[in-house]
Amino acid sequence: MEERMSLIVFSGTVDKLMAASILTTGAAAMGMEVEVFLTTWGLEAFRKDAYKTNQRVSKEFEDFAPVMMEQMQVKQVPSWMDNFKDARDIGAVKIYACSMTMELFGIKLADLEPIVDDVTGVATFVERARAGRITLFI
Amino acid sequence: MTMPQEITIDKEIDARGSFCPGPLMELIRGVKVLPVGGVLAVLSSDPGSAKDIPAWIAKAKHEFIGAFPQQGYTRFVMRKLH
Repeated sequence: MEERMSLIVFSGTVDKLMAASILTTGAAAMGMEVEVFLTTWGLEAFRKDAYKTNQRVSKEFEDFAPVMMEQMQVKQVPSWMDNFKDARDIGAVKIYACSMTMELFGIKLADLEPIVDDVTGVATFVERARAGRITLFI
Repeated sequence: MTMPQEITIDKEIDARGSFCPGPLMELIRGVKVLPVGGVLAVLSSDPGSAKDIPAWIAKAKHEFIGAFPQQGYTRFVMRKLH
């Protein structure tokens, strides 16, 4: 088995999703198997087309939001969704939706971006993360 | 440091102006379509990539020919071994 990196993405703000997507890309580039578990706001951010209008930034840094967004445009930085898609192209990346959040917010797999592979429960995720080298919570 | 005279670059990718992990991603994509034995060069101005690129080449077991600094960027040259 390739070394695994497990990522729990709880956050739904652009700044944190960006970090999550770059870590995913970096790990995939280095040949790790990456498993992303989307929960709560992270899952919300993967609703179909939500990424196109998501401008949220962490509250404590909302004053930086305009500058950050502007710089990303100016420097043509790929978006977090672009990074997740690129990561899948170059490596083994699986993206799972948290079953509990799906229930809570009444979301079905069909409501999510096609990049989300499947729904899983927390126990499955923990078992798989246990076998991994790196586990992160974002 | 200058490139050894006898190396011919088969493909050069200009990733200047793109940031980590951009240049590395371009390198990986370039390697995918390169024939075995081919020599690939990536131009990068990003400091993170300066570390990432040789690390990836080593990990992927290709030949790292070298990093050749130019004015404001570096040319990373590798040969695909398998």
